[in-house]
Amino acid sequence: MSAARKLACVVVLAVCAVSLAANWLAPAGYARQFREAPSAPPSHQHLLGTDEVGRDRFARVLYGTRISLLLAPAAALVSTVLAALVGGLAGYLGGIWLRLARGFTDLFLSLPWLFLLITVRALLPLNVSPLVSVLITFLILGLLGWAASARVLSTSADALRNSDFVLQARASGLHGPRLFLVHVLPNLKPVLYAQFWISIPVFILSEANLGILGLGVAEPLPSWGSLLRELEGLISFREEPWRLVPLLLLIVVMTSFQMLLSNEEVTA
Amino acid sequence: MQLLKILRWKIAGLLARRLAALAALVLLGGLLSATLVRLAPGFDADERELDPGLNAESVRALRQSRAGEHNILSFYASYLRGAIHGDLGTSHALGLPVQSLLRERWPVTVRVVGIGLLLAWLLASTLAFTACLCRRPAYEILGTTVSGAFLCIPAAVLALLSVILNAPGYLAIALIVFPKIYRYSRNLLAKAYTLPHITAARARGLGEVRILAWHVLPIAGPQMIALAGITVSIALGASIPVEAISGLPGIGQLAWQAALSRDLPLLVNLTVLVTLVTLLANSGADVMIYMLSSRSDGRIRPSAGPSSAIVNAL
Repeated sequence: MSAARKLACVVVLAVCAVSLAANWLAPAGYARQFREAPSAPPSHQHLLGTDEVGRDRFARVLYGTRISLLLAPAAALVSTVLAALVGGLAGYLGGIWLRLARGFTDLFLSLPWLFLLITVRALLPLNVSPLVSVLITFLILGLLGWAASARVLSTSADALRNSDFVLQARASGLHGPRLFLVHVLPNLKPVLYAQFWISIPVFILSEANLGILGLGVAEPLPSWGSLLRELEGLISFREEPWRLVPLLLLIVVMTSFQMLLSNEEVTA
Repeated sequence: MQLLKILRWKIAGLLARRLAALAALVLLGGLLSATLVRLAPGFDADERELDPGLNAESVRALRQSRAGEHNILSFYASYLRGAIHGDLGTSHALGLPVQSLLRERWPVTVRVVGIGLLLAWLLASTLAFTACLCRRPAYEILGTTVSGAFLCIPAAVLALLSVILNAPGYLAIALIVFPKIYRYSRNLLAKAYTLPHITAARARGLGEVRILAWHVLPIAGPQMIALAGITVSIALGASIPVEAISGLPGIGQLAWQAALSRDLPLLVNLTVLVTLVTLLANSGADVMIYMLSSRSDGRIRPSAGPSSAIVNAL
Protein backbone atom coordinates (compact mmCIF):
# COMPACT_ATOMS: atom_id res chain seq x y z
CA MET A 1 0.00 0.00 0.00
CA SER A 2 1.42 3.38 -1.02
CA ALA A 3 1.89 6.22 1.49
CA ALA A 4 -0.91 8.22 -0.17
CA ARG A 5 -3.36 5.32 0.19
CA LYS A 6 -2.33 4.82 3.82
CA LEU A 7 -2.92 8.51 4.50
CA ALA A 8 -6.31 8.35 2.75
CA CYS A 9 -7.24 5.31 4.82
CA VAL A 10 -6.26 7.10 8.05
CA VAL A 11 -8.31 10.18 7.07
CA VAL A 12 -11.46 8.14 6.27
CA LEU A 13 -11.12 6.11 9.47
CA ALA A 14 -10.50 9.23 11.57
CA VAL A 15 -13.54 11.03 10.12
CA CYS A 16 -15.67 7.91 10.70
CA ALA A 17 -14.43 7.57 14.28
CA VAL A 18 -15.05 11.24 15.10
CA SER A 19 -18.55 11.11 13.60
CA LEU A 20 -19.33 7.93 15.56
CA ALA A 21 -18.28 9.74 18.72
CA ALA A 22 -20.66 12.62 17.97
CA ASN A 23 -22.71 11.87 21.09
CA TRP A 24 -19.70 12.69 23.27
CA LEU A 25 -17.91 15.29 21.13
CA ALA A 26 -20.85 17.45 20.10
CA PRO A 27 -21.66 20.26 22.54
CA ALA A 28 -25.40 19.78 21.92
CA GLY A 29 -27.84 17.65 19.97
CA TYR A 30 -28.18 18.31 16.23
CA ALA A 31 -31.71 19.68 16.68
CA ARG A 32 -31.21 21.77 19.85
CA GLN A 33 -31.83 25.42 19.21
CA PHE A 34 -29.92 28.20 20.95
CA ARG A 35 -32.59 30.80 20.29
CA GLU A 36 -30.56 33.59 21.87
CA ALA A 37 -27.78 33.06 19.29
CA PRO A 38 -29.08 32.50 15.76
CA SER A 39 -26.49 32.82 12.93
CA ALA A 40 -23.76 33.29 15.54
CA PRO A 41 -20.08 33.34 14.49
CA PRO A 42 -17.63 30.72 15.85
CA SER A 43 -16.99 30.96 19.59
CA HIS A 44 -15.83 28.75 22.48
CA GLN A 45 -19.39 27.52 22.92
CA HIS A 46 -20.12 26.99 19.22
CA LEU A 47 -16.93 26.02 17.37
CA LEU A 48 -18.46 26.57 13.90
CA GLY A 49 -21.10 29.05 14.94
CA THR A 50 -24.83 28.44 14.69
CA ASP A 51 -27.23 28.25 11.75
CA GLU A 52 -30.21 30.53 11.06
CA VAL A 53 -32.37 28.84 13.70
CA GLY A 54 -29.61 28.74 16.31
CA ARG A 55 -28.50 25.10 15.99
CA ASP A 56 -24.85 24.34 16.71
CA ARG A 57 -23.16 23.85 13.32
CA PHE A 58 -20.31 21.71 14.68
CA ALA A 59 -22.79 19.25 16.20
CA ARG A 60 -24.73 19.11 12.93
CA VAL A 61 -21.55 18.48 10.94
CA LEU A 62 -20.63 15.57 13.25
CA TYR A 63 -24.09 13.97 13.11
CA GLY A 64 -24.47 14.69 9.38
CA THR A 65 -21.11 13.04 8.65
CA ARG A 66 -22.24 9.98 10.57
CA ILE A 67 -25.42 9.64 8.50
CA SER A 68 -23.73 10.19 5.13
CA LEU A 69 -20.71 8.02 5.89
CA LEU A 70 -22.66 5.11 7.34
CA LEU A 71 -25.55 4.99 4.92
CA ALA A 72 -23.61 5.45 1.66
CA PRO A 73 -21.82 2.09 2.17
CA ALA A 74 -25.20 0.53 3.03
CA ALA A 75 -26.63 1.83 -0.25
CA ALA A 76 -23.48 0.63 -2.05
CA LEU A 77 -24.03 -2.83 -0.54
CA VAL A 78 -27.63 -2.90 -1.82
CA SER A 79 -26.58 -1.86 -5.32
CA THR A 80 -23.66 -4.34 -5.41
CA VAL A 81 -25.91 -7.22 -4.30
CA LEU A 82 -28.45 -6.26 -6.98
CA ALA A 83 -25.69 -5.97 -9.57
CA ALA A 84 -24.36 -9.40 -8.58
CA LEU A 85 -27.83 -10.90 -8.87
CA VAL A 86 -28.71 -9.30 -12.20
CA GLY A 87 -25.30 -9.06 -13.89
CA GLY A 88 -23.58 -12.03 -12.29
CA LEU A 89 -26.45 -14.45 -12.86
CA ALA A 90 -27.11 -13.20 -16.40
CA GLY A 91 -23.44 -13.56 -17.30
CA TYR A 92 -23.35 -17.05 -15.79
CA LEU A 93 -26.53 -18.18 -17.55
CA GLY A 94 -25.61 -16.52 -20.87
CA GLY A 95 -27.80 -16.59 -24.00
CA ILE A 96 -31.16 -14.88 -23.80
CA TRP A 97 -30.68 -14.02 -20.08
CA LEU A 98 -27.48 -12.15 -20.83
CA ARG A 99 -29.07 -10.26 -23.71
CA LEU A 100 -32.11 -9.40 -21.57
CA ALA A 101 -29.97 -8.18 -18.67
CA ARG A 102 -27.80 -6.10 -21.01
CA GLY A 103 -30.90 -4.58 -22.60
CA PHE A 104 -32.25 -3.72 -19.15
CA THR A 105 -28.97 -2.18 -17.99
CA ASP A 106 -28.72 -0.26 -21.28
CA LEU A 107 -32.17 1.15 -20.58
CA PHE A 108 -31.06 2.37 -17.14
CA LEU A 109 -27.74 3.68 -18.45
CA SER A 110 -29.41 5.56 -21.30
CA LEU A 111 -30.93 7.89 -18.72
CA PRO A 112 -28.45 10.33 -17.14
CA TRP A 113 -27.85 9.30 -13.50
CA LEU A 114 -28.79 12.68 -12.01
CA PHE A 115 -31.94 12.88 -14.15
CA LEU A 116 -33.08 9.42 -13.05
CA LEU A 117 -32.22 10.00 -9.41
CA ILE A 118 -33.83 13.42 -9.06
CA THR A 119 -36.95 12.36 -10.98
CA VAL A 120 -37.51 9.20 -8.94
CA ARG A 121 -36.87 10.97 -5.61
CA ALA A 122 -39.19 13.83 -6.52
CA LEU A 123 -41.93 11.33 -7.38
CA LEU A 124 -41.79 9.77 -3.91
CA PRO A 125 -43.36 11.46 -0.86
CA LEU A 126 -41.37 14.43 0.39
CA ASN A 127 -43.52 15.20 3.41
CA VAL A 128 -42.26 12.31 5.56
CA SER A 129 -40.51 11.93 8.89
CA PRO A 130 -36.73 12.52 8.93
CA LEU A 131 -35.98 8.84 9.53
CA VAL A 132 -38.18 7.74 6.62
CA SER A 133 -36.55 10.37 4.39
CA VAL A 134 -33.13 8.92 5.23
CA LEU A 135 -34.33 5.42 4.35
CA ILE A 136 -35.99 6.56 1.10
CA THR A 137 -32.94 8.56 0.01
CA PHE A 138 -30.36 5.83 0.54
CA LEU A 139 -32.64 3.01 -0.61
CA ILE A 140 -33.23 4.86 -3.89
CA LEU A 141 -29.47 5.24 -4.34
CA GLY A 142 -29.01 1.52 -3.78
CA LEU A 143 -31.92 0.45 -5.97
CA LEU A 144 -31.09 2.73 -8.90
CA GLY A 145 -27.30 2.59 -8.82
CA TRP A 146 -26.79 -1.05 -9.80
CA ALA A 147 -26.88 -0.80 -13.60
CA ALA A 148 -23.27 0.16 -14.35
CA SER A 149 -21.95 -2.43 -11.87
CA ALA A 150 -24.27 -5.10 -13.32
CA ARG A 151 -22.89 -4.43 -16.78
CA VAL A 152 -19.32 -4.97 -15.57
CA LEU A 153 -20.28 -8.07 -13.60
CA SER A 154 -22.18 -9.61 -16.51
CA THR A 155 -19.07 -9.28 -18.69
CA SER A 156 -16.86 -10.83 -15.99
CA ALA A 157 -19.31 -13.68 -15.31
CA ASP A 158 -19.68 -14.29 -19.05
CA ALA A 159 -15.90 -14.67 -19.32
CA LEU A 160 -15.87 -17.04 -16.32
CA ARG A 161 -18.67 -19.17 -17.79
CA ASN A 162 -16.41 -20.14 -20.68
CA SER A 163 -13.26 -20.56 -18.58
CA ASP A 164 -11.49 -23.91 -18.33
CA PHE A 165 -12.15 -24.53 -14.64
CA VAL A 166 -15.89 -23.92 -15.00
CA LEU A 167 -16.00 -26.24 -18.02
CA GLN A 168 -14.16 -28.87 -16.01
CA ALA A 169 -16.52 -28.44 -13.07
CA ARG A 170 -19.42 -28.84 -15.49
CA ALA A 171 -17.84 -31.95 -16.95
CA SER A 172 -17.51 -33.31 -13.40
CA GLY A 173 -21.26 -33.07 -13.00
CA LEU A 174 -21.56 -29.77 -11.12
CA HIS A 175 -24.50 -27.69 -12.35
CA GLY A 176 -26.96 -24.98 -11.41
CA PRO A 177 -26.75 -22.87 -8.24
CA ARG A 178 -23.92 -24.93 -6.73
CA LEU A 179 -21.63 -24.27 -9.69
CA PHE A 180 -22.50 -20.56 -9.51
CA LEU A 181 -22.01 -20.30 -5.75
CA VAL A 182 -18.88 -22.46 -5.46
CA HIS A 183 -16.94 -21.59 -8.61
CA VAL A 184 -18.30 -18.47 -10.27
CA LEU A 185 -19.23 -16.16 -7.38
CA PRO A 186 -15.90 -16.47 -5.46
CA ASN A 187 -14.07 -15.50 -8.65
CA LEU A 188 -16.29 -12.44 -9.03
CA LYS A 189 -15.28 -11.19 -5.57
CA PRO A 190 -12.53 -8.76 -6.72
CA VAL A 191 -14.93 -7.13 -9.20
CA LEU A 192 -17.66 -7.00 -6.54
CA TYR A 193 -15.32 -5.34 -4.02
CA ALA A 194 -14.19 -2.82 -6.63
CA GLN A 195 -17.78 -1.98 -7.58
CA PHE A 196 -18.71 -1.61 -3.91
CA TRP A 197 -15.86 0.83 -3.22
CA ILE A 198 -16.52 2.79 -6.41
CA SER A 199 -20.20 3.18 -5.50
CA ILE A 200 -19.58 4.75 -2.06
CA PRO A 201 -18.21 8.15 -3.21
CA VAL A 202 -20.76 8.23 -6.04
CA PHE A 203 -23.59 7.78 -3.53
CA ILE A 204 -22.15 10.33 -1.10
CA LEU A 205 -22.08 12.91 -3.90
CA SER A 206 -25.55 11.91 -5.09
CA GLU A 207 -27.01 12.31 -1.59
CA ALA A 208 -25.35 15.73 -1.39
CA ASN A 209 -26.93 16.71 -4.72
CA LEU A 210 -30.36 15.57 -3.55
CA GLY A 211 -29.94 17.35 -0.22
CA ILE A 212 -29.04 20.68 -1.83
CA LEU A 213 -32.12 20.45 -4.04
CA GLY A 214 -34.27 19.77 -0.97
CA LEU A 215 -34.96 16.16 -1.93
CA GLY A 216 -32.60 14.47 0.52
CA VAL A 217 -32.74 13.87 4.24
CA ALA A 218 -35.54 15.87 5.89
CA GLU A 219 -34.99 18.46 8.62
CA PRO A 220 -34.01 18.48 11.43
CA LEU A 221 -31.84 15.41 10.72
CA PRO A 222 -28.55 16.59 9.21
CA SER A 223 -26.63 15.03 6.34
CA TRP A 224 -23.90 16.45 4.12
CA GLY A 225 -26.56 17.33 1.55
CA SER A 226 -28.71 19.32 3.97
CA LEU A 227 -25.61 20.96 5.51
CA LEU A 228 -24.43 22.07 2.07
CA ARG A 229 -27.87 23.55 1.45
CA GLU A 230 -26.90 26.27 3.90
CA LEU A 231 -24.55 27.63 1.22
CA GLU A 232 -27.68 28.95 -0.54
CA GLY A 233 -27.81 31.91 1.81
CA LEU A 234 -24.10 32.68 1.52
CA ILE A 235 -23.43 36.13 0.11
CA SER A 236 -19.64 36.07 0.05
CA PHE A 237 -16.95 33.64 1.18
CA ARG A 238 -15.10 36.29 3.20
CA GLU A 239 -18.03 37.13 5.45
CA GLU A 240 -18.69 33.66 6.86
CA PRO A 241 -15.92 31.27 5.77
CA TRP A 242 -16.84 28.76 8.53
CA ARG A 243 -19.98 27.91 6.57
CA LEU A 244 -17.71 26.24 4.02
CA VAL A 245 -16.50 23.65 6.56
CA PRO A 246 -19.01 20.92 5.48
CA LEU A 247 -17.92 21.41 1.87
CA LEU A 248 -14.23 21.20 2.82
CA LEU A 249 -14.89 18.07 4.87
CA LEU A 250 -16.75 16.52 1.93
CA ILE A 251 -13.86 17.34 -0.40
CA VAL A 252 -11.31 15.83 2.03
CA VAL A 253 -13.32 12.62 2.45
CA MET A 254 -14.07 12.30 -1.26
CA THR A 255 -10.41 12.88 -2.13
CA SER A 256 -9.47 10.17 0.37
CA PHE A 257 -11.92 7.76 -1.27
CA GLN A 258 -10.50 8.60 -4.70
CA MET A 259 -7.00 7.90 -3.40
CA LEU A 260 -8.11 4.63 -1.83
CA LEU A 261 -9.34 3.35 -5.21
CA SER A 262 -6.49 2.21 -7.38
CA ASN A 263 -6.55 2.81 -11.14
CA GLU A 264 -7.12 -0.90 -11.69
CA GLU A 265 -10.22 -0.83 -9.51
CA VAL A 266 -11.64 2.22 -11.29
CA THR A 267 -11.20 0.64 -14.71
CA ALA A 268 -12.21 -2.86 -13.56
CA MET B 1 -14.54 -1.60 -55.20
CA GLN B 2 -16.04 -4.86 -54.00
CA LEU B 3 -14.53 -4.32 -50.54
CA LEU B 4 -15.93 -0.79 -50.42
CA LYS B 5 -19.39 -2.10 -51.31
CA ILE B 6 -19.24 -4.74 -48.59
CA LEU B 7 -18.12 -2.11 -46.10
CA ARG B 8 -21.01 0.16 -47.04
CA TRP B 9 -23.48 -2.69 -46.56
CA LYS B 10 -21.94 -3.56 -43.24
CA ILE B 11 -22.14 0.06 -42.04
CA ALA B 12 -25.74 0.31 -43.29
CA GLY B 13 -26.59 -2.91 -41.43
CA LEU B 14 -24.90 -1.62 -38.31
CA LEU B 15 -26.82 1.67 -38.57
CA ALA B 16 -30.12 -0.17 -39.02
CA ARG B 17 -29.45 -2.38 -35.98
CA ARG B 18 -28.43 0.65 -33.92
CA LEU B 19 -31.53 2.58 -34.94
CA ALA B 20 -33.81 -0.35 -34.08
CA ALA B 21 -32.15 -0.75 -30.65
CA LEU B 22 -32.31 3.00 -30.13
CA ALA B 23 -36.03 3.17 -30.95
CA ALA B 24 -36.75 0.24 -28.61
CA LEU B 25 -34.80 1.83 -25.75
CA VAL B 26 -36.43 5.24 -26.24
CA LEU B 27 -39.92 3.66 -26.20
CA LEU B 28 -39.07 1.59 -23.12
CA GLY B 29 -37.59 4.67 -21.41
CA GLY B 30 -40.86 6.54 -21.96
CA LEU B 31 -42.89 3.60 -20.67
CA LEU B 32 -40.63 3.29 -17.60
CA SER B 33 -41.08 6.97 -16.81
CA ALA B 34 -44.86 6.78 -17.29
CA THR B 35 -45.04 3.73 -14.99
CA LEU B 36 -42.97 5.48 -12.31
CA VAL B 37 -45.22 8.55 -12.36
CA ARG B 38 -48.37 6.40 -12.32
CA LEU B 39 -47.12 4.41 -9.33
CA ALA B 40 -45.94 7.52 -7.45
CA PRO B 41 -47.91 8.14 -4.25
CA GLY B 42 -50.38 10.98 -4.63
CA PHE B 43 -50.64 10.63 -8.41
CA ASP B 44 -54.46 10.73 -8.26
CA ALA B 45 -54.54 13.90 -6.18
CA ASP B 46 -55.31 17.12 -8.02
CA GLU B 47 -54.93 20.36 -6.04
CA ARG B 48 -57.62 22.01 -8.15
CA GLU B 49 -60.20 19.71 -6.59
CA LEU B 50 -59.65 21.52 -3.26
CA ASP B 51 -60.99 24.76 -4.74
CA PRO B 52 -64.24 25.44 -2.79
CA GLY B 53 -65.59 27.38 -5.77
CA LEU B 54 -65.91 24.19 -7.85
CA ASN B 55 -69.20 22.32 -7.82
CA ALA B 56 -69.55 18.53 -7.91
CA GLU B 57 -69.92 18.52 -11.69
CA SER B 58 -66.70 20.49 -12.18
CA VAL B 59 -64.83 18.15 -9.86
CA ARG B 60 -66.22 15.18 -11.81
CA ALA B 61 -65.12 16.82 -15.07
CA LEU B 62 -61.64 17.35 -13.62
CA ARG B 63 -61.43 13.69 -12.63
CA GLN B 64 -62.76 12.67 -16.05
CA SER B 65 -60.02 14.68 -17.77
CA ARG B 66 -57.36 12.54 -16.05
CA ALA B 67 -59.23 9.25 -16.32
CA GLY B 68 -57.21 8.26 -19.41
CA GLU B 69 -54.01 8.30 -17.34
CA HIS B 70 -55.09 5.60 -14.91
CA ASN B 71 -54.34 2.70 -17.21
CA ILE B 72 -50.69 3.25 -18.02
CA LEU B 73 -50.63 1.12 -21.16
CA SER B 74 -53.62 2.85 -22.72
CA PHE B 75 -52.16 6.23 -21.73
CA TYR B 76 -48.86 5.35 -23.35
CA ALA B 77 -50.54 4.00 -26.50
CA SER B 78 -52.61 7.17 -26.89
CA TYR B 79 -49.49 9.27 -26.17
CA LEU B 80 -47.60 7.46 -28.94
CA ARG B 81 -50.55 7.88 -31.34
CA GLY B 82 -50.58 11.61 -30.58
CA ALA B 83 -46.79 11.89 -30.86
CA ILE B 84 -46.88 10.35 -34.34
CA HIS B 85 -49.32 13.11 -35.37
CA GLY B 86 -47.18 15.78 -33.70
CA ASP B 87 -49.32 16.17 -30.56
CA LEU B 88 -47.25 15.66 -27.40
CA GLY B 89 -50.08 16.44 -24.99
CA THR B 90 -50.61 19.25 -22.49
CA SER B 91 -48.70 19.86 -19.28
CA HIS B 92 -50.96 19.53 -16.20
CA ALA B 93 -48.85 21.81 -14.04
CA LEU B 94 -48.19 24.58 -16.53
CA GLY B 95 -51.36 24.26 -18.60
CA LEU B 96 -49.44 24.63 -21.86
CA PRO B 97 -48.87 22.29 -24.80
CA VAL B 98 -45.72 20.23 -24.18
CA GLN B 99 -44.54 20.95 -27.72
CA SER B 100 -44.45 24.71 -27.16
CA LEU B 101 -42.76 24.25 -23.76
CA LEU B 102 -40.02 22.13 -25.31
CA ARG B 103 -39.61 24.55 -28.23
CA GLU B 104 -39.30 27.44 -25.77
CA ARG B 105 -36.88 25.77 -23.35
CA TRP B 106 -34.72 23.63 -25.62
CA PRO B 107 -32.51 26.47 -26.98
CA VAL B 108 -31.51 27.48 -23.41
CA THR B 109 -30.33 23.97 -22.57
CA VAL B 110 -28.60 23.50 -25.92
CA ARG B 111 -26.69 26.72 -25.32
CA VAL B 112 -25.77 26.00 -21.69
CA VAL B 113 -24.86 22.34 -22.27
CA GLY B 114 -23.13 23.05 -25.60
CA ILE B 115 -20.89 25.83 -24.31
CA GLY B 116 -20.28 23.90 -21.08
CA LEU B 117 -19.18 20.81 -22.99
CA LEU B 118 -16.98 22.83 -25.30
CA LEU B 119 -15.26 24.52 -22.36
CA ALA B 120 -14.88 21.22 -20.49
CA TRP B 121 -13.27 19.50 -23.46
CA LEU B 122 -11.02 22.48 -24.11
CA LEU B 123 -9.80 22.59 -20.52
CA ALA B 124 -9.46 18.82 -20.10
CA SER B 125 -7.70 18.17 -23.40
CA THR B 126 -5.36 21.13 -22.94
CA LEU B 127 -4.32 19.82 -19.53
CA ALA B 128 -4.08 16.20 -20.69
CA PHE B 129 -2.10 16.94 -23.85
CA THR B 130 0.20 19.40 -22.05
CA ALA B 131 0.95 16.79 -19.41
CA CYS B 132 1.74 14.24 -22.16
CA LEU B 133 3.79 16.53 -24.36
CA CYS B 134 5.82 18.26 -21.64
CA ARG B 135 6.32 15.09 -19.56
CA ARG B 136 6.95 17.13 -16.42
CA PRO B 137 5.54 16.02 -13.07
CA ALA B 138 4.38 19.58 -12.34
CA TYR B 139 1.79 19.49 -15.14
CA GLU B 140 0.69 16.03 -14.11
CA ILE B 141 0.25 17.11 -10.49
CA LEU B 142 -1.59 20.28 -11.56
CA GLY B 143 -4.03 18.37 -13.76
CA THR B 144 -4.66 15.62 -11.21
CA THR B 145 -5.14 18.08 -8.33
CA VAL B 146 -7.49 20.42 -10.20
CA SER B 147 -9.58 17.61 -11.70
CA GLY B 148 -9.57 15.70 -8.40
CA ALA B 149 -10.85 18.74 -6.52
CA PHE B 150 -13.75 19.30 -8.92
CA LEU B 151 -14.53 15.59 -8.98
CA CYS B 152 -15.16 15.76 -5.23
CA ILE B 153 -17.64 18.64 -5.38
CA PRO B 154 -21.32 17.78 -5.99
CA ALA B 155 -22.85 19.21 -9.16
CA ALA B 156 -25.43 21.15 -7.14
CA VAL B 157 -22.69 22.81 -5.04
CA LEU B 158 -20.91 23.95 -8.21
CA ALA B 159 -24.24 25.35 -9.42
CA LEU B 160 -24.68 27.16 -6.09
CA LEU B 161 -21.15 28.54 -6.21
CA SER B 162 -21.74 29.78 -9.76
CA VAL B 163 -24.80 31.68 -8.49
CA ILE B 164 -22.87 33.14 -5.52
CA LEU B 165 -19.98 34.20 -7.76
CA ASN B 166 -22.31 35.46 -10.53
CA ALA B 167 -20.74 33.03 -12.97
CA PRO B 168 -22.69 31.75 -15.98
CA GLY B 169 -24.43 28.37 -15.77
CA TYR B 170 -22.35 26.86 -18.56
CA LEU B 171 -19.22 27.36 -16.44
CA ALA B 172 -20.75 25.14 -13.74
CA ILE B 173 -21.52 22.47 -16.36
CA ALA B 174 -17.98 22.75 -17.72
CA LEU B 175 -16.51 22.27 -14.24
CA ILE B 176 -18.79 19.27 -13.57
CA VAL B 177 -17.84 17.50 -16.81
CA PHE B 178 -14.17 18.54 -17.08
CA PRO B 179 -12.67 16.27 -14.37
CA LYS B 180 -14.32 13.19 -15.86
CA ILE B 181 -12.95 13.97 -19.32
CA TYR B 182 -9.50 14.79 -17.97
CA ARG B 183 -9.15 11.66 -15.88
CA TYR B 184 -10.33 9.28 -18.56
CA SER B 185 -8.43 10.87 -21.45
CA ARG B 186 -5.27 11.20 -19.34
CA ASN B 187 -5.45 7.49 -18.48
CA LEU B 188 -6.01 6.62 -22.14
CA LEU B 189 -3.05 8.70 -23.27
CA ALA B 190 -0.82 7.36 -20.50
CA LYS B 191 -1.76 3.79 -21.46
CA ALA B 192 -1.04 4.47 -25.13
CA TYR B 193 2.37 5.97 -24.25
CA THR B 194 3.44 2.73 -22.58
CA LEU B 195 3.14 0.74 -25.83
CA PRO B 196 6.45 -0.58 -27.22
CA HIS B 197 6.17 1.09 -30.61
CA ILE B 198 5.97 4.51 -28.91
CA THR B 199 9.22 3.75 -27.07
CA ALA B 200 10.74 2.67 -30.38
CA ALA B 201 9.55 5.89 -32.05
CA ARG B 202 11.12 7.93 -29.26
CA ALA B 203 14.37 5.98 -29.56
CA ARG B 204 14.45 6.84 -33.25
CA GLY B 205 14.29 10.52 -32.34
CA LEU B 206 10.71 11.37 -33.36
CA GLY B 207 9.37 14.61 -31.85
CA GLU B 208 6.72 14.54 -29.11
CA VAL B 209 4.08 16.28 -31.24
CA ARG B 210 4.63 13.83 -34.09
CA ILE B 211 4.43 10.86 -31.72
CA LEU B 212 1.19 12.21 -30.27
CA ALA B 213 -0.40 12.92 -33.65
CA TRP B 214 0.75 9.81 -35.52
CA HIS B 215 1.09 7.12 -32.91
CA VAL B 216 -0.84 7.96 -29.75
CA LEU B 217 -4.02 9.62 -31.03
CA PRO B 218 -4.92 6.82 -33.49
CA ILE B 219 -4.91 4.45 -30.48
CA ALA B 220 -6.61 6.69 -27.92
CA GLY B 221 -8.82 8.52 -30.46
CA PRO B 222 -11.70 6.00 -30.76
CA GLN B 223 -12.13 5.83 -26.99
CA MET B 224 -12.05 9.61 -26.78
CA ILE B 225 -14.80 9.84 -29.41
CA ALA B 226 -16.86 7.40 -27.33
CA LEU B 227 -16.13 9.55 -24.29
CA ALA B 228 -17.49 12.57 -26.17
CA GLY B 229 -20.80 10.71 -26.58
CA ILE B 230 -20.95 9.87 -22.88
CA THR B 231 -20.18 13.43 -21.80
CA VAL B 232 -23.37 14.62 -23.53
CA SER B 233 -25.34 12.42 -21.13
CA ILE B 234 -23.35 13.66 -18.10
CA ALA B 235 -23.84 17.31 -19.12
CA LEU B 236 -27.58 16.77 -19.65
CA GLY B 237 -27.89 15.24 -16.19
CA ALA B 238 -25.90 18.12 -14.69
CA SER B 239 -28.18 20.64 -16.38
CA ILE B 240 -30.99 19.75 -13.91
CA PRO B 241 -29.34 21.05 -10.71
CA VAL B 242 -27.59 23.85 -12.59
CA GLU B 243 -30.76 25.15 -14.25
CA ALA B 244 -32.91 24.56 -11.16
CA ILE B 245 -30.52 26.47 -8.87
CA SER B 246 -29.44 29.16 -11.32
CA GLY B 247 -33.03 29.81 -12.43
CA LEU B 248 -32.24 29.12 -16.09
CA PRO B 249 -35.48 28.35 -17.98
CA GLY B 250 -34.22 25.25 -19.79
CA ILE B 251 -35.13 21.59 -20.13
CA GLY B 252 -33.35 20.75 -16.84
CA GLN B 253 -35.50 23.18 -14.89
CA LEU B 254 -38.59 21.90 -16.70
CA ALA B 255 -37.72 18.30 -15.73
CA TRP B 256 -37.29 19.42 -12.14
CA GLN B 257 -40.69 21.14 -12.12
CA ALA B 258 -42.37 18.21 -13.89
CA ALA B 259 -41.03 15.71 -11.36
CA LEU B 260 -42.09 17.81 -8.38
CA SER B 261 -45.61 18.32 -9.72
CA ARG B 262 -45.95 14.71 -11.00
CA ASP B 263 -46.79 16.04 -14.44
CA LEU B 264 -47.20 12.77 -16.38
CA PRO B 265 -47.38 14.06 -19.98
CA LEU B 266 -44.45 16.43 -19.49
CA LEU B 267 -42.27 13.90 -17.67
CA VAL B 268 -42.85 11.17 -20.26
CA ASN B 269 -41.93 13.56 -23.08
CA LEU B 270 -38.83 14.77 -21.24
CA THR B 271 -37.68 11.21 -20.51
CA VAL B 272 -38.14 10.25 -24.17
CA LEU B 273 -36.27 13.37 -25.25
CA VAL B 274 -33.37 12.91 -22.82
CA THR B 275 -33.08 9.18 -23.65
CA LEU B 276 -33.15 9.98 -27.37
CA VAL B 277 -30.43 12.64 -27.13
CA THR B 278 -28.23 10.42 -24.93
CA LEU B 279 -28.59 7.40 -27.20
CA LEU B 280 -28.10 9.45 -30.36
CA ALA B 281 -24.90 10.93 -28.94
CA ASN B 282 -23.59 7.48 -27.94
CA SER B 283 -24.65 5.81 -31.18
CA GLY B 284 -23.22 8.68 -33.23
CA ALA B 285 -19.90 8.26 -31.43
CA ASP B 286 -19.95 4.48 -31.95
CA VAL B 287 -20.78 4.77 -35.65
CA MET B 288 -18.00 7.32 -36.08
CA ILE B 289 -15.55 4.92 -34.43
CA TYR B 290 -16.65 2.05 -36.66
CA MET B 291 -16.28 4.22 -39.74
CA LEU B 292 -12.83 5.38 -38.71
CA SER B 293 -11.64 1.90 -37.78
CA SER B 294 -13.04 0.38 -40.99
CA ARG B 295 -11.25 3.04 -43.03
CA SER B 296 -7.96 2.48 -41.28
CA ASP B 297 -7.80 -1.32 -41.37
CA GLY B 298 -10.40 -2.20 -43.98
CA ARG B 299 -12.67 -4.21 -41.67
CA ILE B 300 -15.34 -3.64 -39.08
CA ARG B 301 -14.37 -4.54 -35.55
CA PRO B 302 -16.88 -6.71 -33.79
CA SER B 303 -17.47 -4.94 -30.50
CA ALA B 304 -20.37 -4.23 -28.17
CA GLY B 305 -19.71 -0.52 -28.58
CA PRO B 306 -17.10 1.24 -26.49
CA SER B 307 -19.50 3.80 -25.05
CA SER B 308 -21.13 1.36 -22.68
CA ALA B 309 -17.74 0.28 -21.33
CA ILE B 310 -16.83 3.87 -20.48
CA VAL B 311 -19.99 4.48 -18.47
CA ASN B 312 -18.65 2.51 -15.54
CA ALA B 313 -15.18 4.01 -15.66
CA LEU B 314 -16.73 7.46 -15.25
